[in-house]
Amino acid sequence: MRAVGIILAGGNNKKMRELSEKRAVAAMPVAGSYRAIDFSLSNMTNSHIKKVAVFTQYNSISLNEHLSSSKWWDFGRKQGGLYVFTPTLSAVNNNWYRGTADALWQNLNYLKNSHEPYVVIASGDGVYKLDYNKVLEYHIAKQADITVVCKDMPENADVSRFGLVRTNEDGRIVDFDEKPMVATSHTVSCGIYVIRRRQLIELIEKCVEEDRYDFVQDILIRYKNMKRIYAYKLDSYWSNISCVDAYYKTNMEFLDPNVRDYFFNTYPDVYSKVDDNPPAKYNVGARVRNSLVSSGCIINGEVENSVLFKKAYIGNNCIIRNSIILNDVYIGDNTRIENCIVESRDTIRANMTYIGEPDNIKIVIEKNERFVL
Amino acid sequence: MHALRAVELRYNYNLTARGDSVVKKEMIAMLLAGGQGSRLGVLTANVAKPATAFGGKYRIIDFPLSNCINSGIDTVGVLTQYQPLRLNSHIGIGIPWDLDRNIGGVTVLPPYEKSNNSEWYTGTANAIYQNLQYMESYNPDYVLILSGDHIYKMDYEVMLDYHKANNADITIAALPVPIEEASRFGVVITDENSRITEFEEKPAHPRSNLASMGIYIFSWKVLREALIKMSDEPGCDFGKHVIPYCHSKGDRIFAFEYNGYWKDVGTLGSYWEANMELVDIIPVFNLYEEFWKIYTKSDILPPQYISGDSVIERSIIAEGTEVYGKIYNSVVGVGVKIGKGAVVRDSILMSGVVIGDGTVVDKAIIADNVTVGSNVRLGCGNYAESKLNPKVYAFDLVTVGEDSSIPDNVSIGRNTAISGITEAADYPDGSLESGDYIIKAGGEK
Repeated sequence: MRAVGIILAGGNNKKMRELSEKRAVAAMPVAGSYRAIDFSLSNMTNSHIKKVAVFTQYNSISLNEHLSSSKWWDFGRKQGGLYVFTPTLSAVNNNWYRGTADALWQNLNYLKNSHEPYVVIASGDGVYKLDYNKVLEYHIAKQADITVVCKDMPENADVSRFGLVRTNEDGRIVDFDEKPMVATSHTVSCGIYVIRRRQLIELIEKCVEEDRYDFVQDILIRYKNMKRIYAYKLDSYWSNISCVDAYYKTNMEFLDPNVRDYFFNTYPDVYSKVDDNPPAKYNVGARVRNSLVSSGCIINGEVENSVLFKKAYIGNNCIIRNSIILNDVYIGDNTRIENCIVESRDTIRANMTYIGEPDNIKIVIEKNERFVL
Repeated sequence: MHALRAVELRYNYNLTARGDSVVKKEMIAMLLAGGQGSRLGVLTANVAKPATAFGGKYRIIDFPLSNCINSGIDTVGVLTQYQPLRLNSHIGIGIPWDLDRNIGGVTVLPPYEKSNNSEWYTGTANAIYQNLQYMESYNPDYVLILSGDHIYKMDYEVMLDYHKANNADITIAALPVPIEEASRFGVVITDENSRITEFEEKPAHPRSNLASMGIYIFSWKVLREALIKMSDEPGCDFGKHVIPYCHSKGDRIFAFEYNGYWKDVGTLGSYWEANMELVDIIPVFNLYEEFWKIYTKSDILPPQYISGDSVIERSIIAEGTEVYGKIYNSVVGVGVKIGKGAVVRDSILMSGVVIGDGTVVDKAIIADNVTVGSNVRLGCGNYAESKLNPKVYAFDLVTVGEDSSIPDNVSIGRNTAISGITEAADYPDGSLESGDYIIKAGGEK
């Protein structure tokens, strides 16, 4: 492919509530065996992009650990590779990434030293499958300066946390509002952009010169009448997980056989780091219904309409309903958990009850000591 | 703790001699993986025994390979001969076991043509003899001989310490077995210092209960000398020729007593049993221990999905499996599909198996990528002796070889064997009697 990839995974989001204390949004575990960034990374490798940089800033330990080897996504080749860029002190800069455009500026050498004519920029918190080559073809056909991947949301969906676009009949973006109070359209920006590399370098340099640091505000919105900015409409599944409700809903959607089929049984695959966990184990008393169960789980109790991530332990007589149990959680006997998200590596004592509401998901963080025999 | 120590040792092993190009490894392992395992019947018709699936997501060879890396051994030669394709693609360059190394790592060693004398591996020691060159290139002090068909966890490092402490020439790992079963094994008779004084191969009246596990540490010079000396022996074997030879010339041979879980999965019965032991509440052989992980080549797979009306009890189930039926007391592999209303009991389903709606499976071993149609009964009726091979198929199990398929609406009796793409016409009256078999050679895919 004639493009380099960039994944913006630096962000934190208050809407993730307590879940963001531990990790960047892009490192959030999704669908049992994956992390959010796996989807964008897999799209990159499946689009035959050979060289990808991940920009990270906020609480990047989980993310760095996840990206510690590039082999899972088949980067790590002699040509290309996977790079992780965190802000560093340099002769010309002593700031954190002040915004997405600033992050690009601080790593401008990555762009300058590449030879590919195009750049694909994706966010690390989208759950979707997309062949970026299709976006690039569209980009070239429209002779666009920038192409923004967009998605038409249903009329009743809450779009207040997205950038909203309006296009003319040719697909050119005529209006771009970032998180407006009153929805002006139901076409949201997915945070995926295709742009010519030299064009991007030029725009970024100019932008930072003027002390502007945000890619959306200071480039997309400011330049929309000057540059040819086009919308590529995504018609397949796309979901952004960067608020608790959306995160919960996205995970639960994987209980739908159509969604599972689309992601897991349709070419191309989604890749992730492989853990060497044994198979899941169902002991006497296990009652599992309509749930996803990941490797290394041991189940002694009742689990219904839930997603168990890797190495969850469910004690005797537990009742887990409509909940998400993240990686390596131990749940003691007789505990009842409904409409909750249990934070990873947590230990839940026996005889506890945690009940959330379907429209107000409870986040369970106990930080108990675990006693291991 | 084990893992930490393993890392330290690995560095010791990697020392090259003061910057010159001579490679030095203290101990290397030679893993014998060429056997067919004919007592596993149709399971090993197209695949070597060490590459047979075990415990849902693993293959038998994963256990000795994981033991190697967990014991700090980073140079492993895997000797292959019988049907090595699956084995080769499974091992690759050793990434899953961390055995992709700049110096050492895993090397697959098939028999090869030589200028004077080309032959297959005719015996265990002959196979090692034919790879003297490989071993010499690592300049080892000790060579660990392993076999690729046992299920166990063992720290070979402890065994090496024992070997050194005894100033031994050969150390043989030995397992105490009940004395009444000892006559099935090669037993060793030791003096008070655990030095072996006598060997008995399958004795009628065993004088000791220490069974040889087929795991040897040789001091390199002893091994090299013995292999060269015995090179003309036809079918040269460690147990039959090399060890008795070394014993007769007075080498110091010690027994290293091992008291953990060890299972030879050489027969369908013991293979089934060992799998079933994994579903116990706290299995004796525990795959969930963090400090001695078992590694395997694993595709990147989604979690398993358990539907609303399924029931699963006393089972282990690997990634990517979708369950719409009921599973009791079974071991289920990767990417299996269990249809609506299907019931699986006391069975082993390897990876990629598809069980149709309404099918009932009782006491069966179903190998990789088998498709079973809808409303099939597997393992019904009364037990009958196998007409195919009563010695191999003696455990009341329905055995289905890999890539086979079974059509809808047939019923298959107990203790049967099926291999190949079978059609309704292969089942007169829609059934296969207990003890009967269908073997279709080279079923087309």
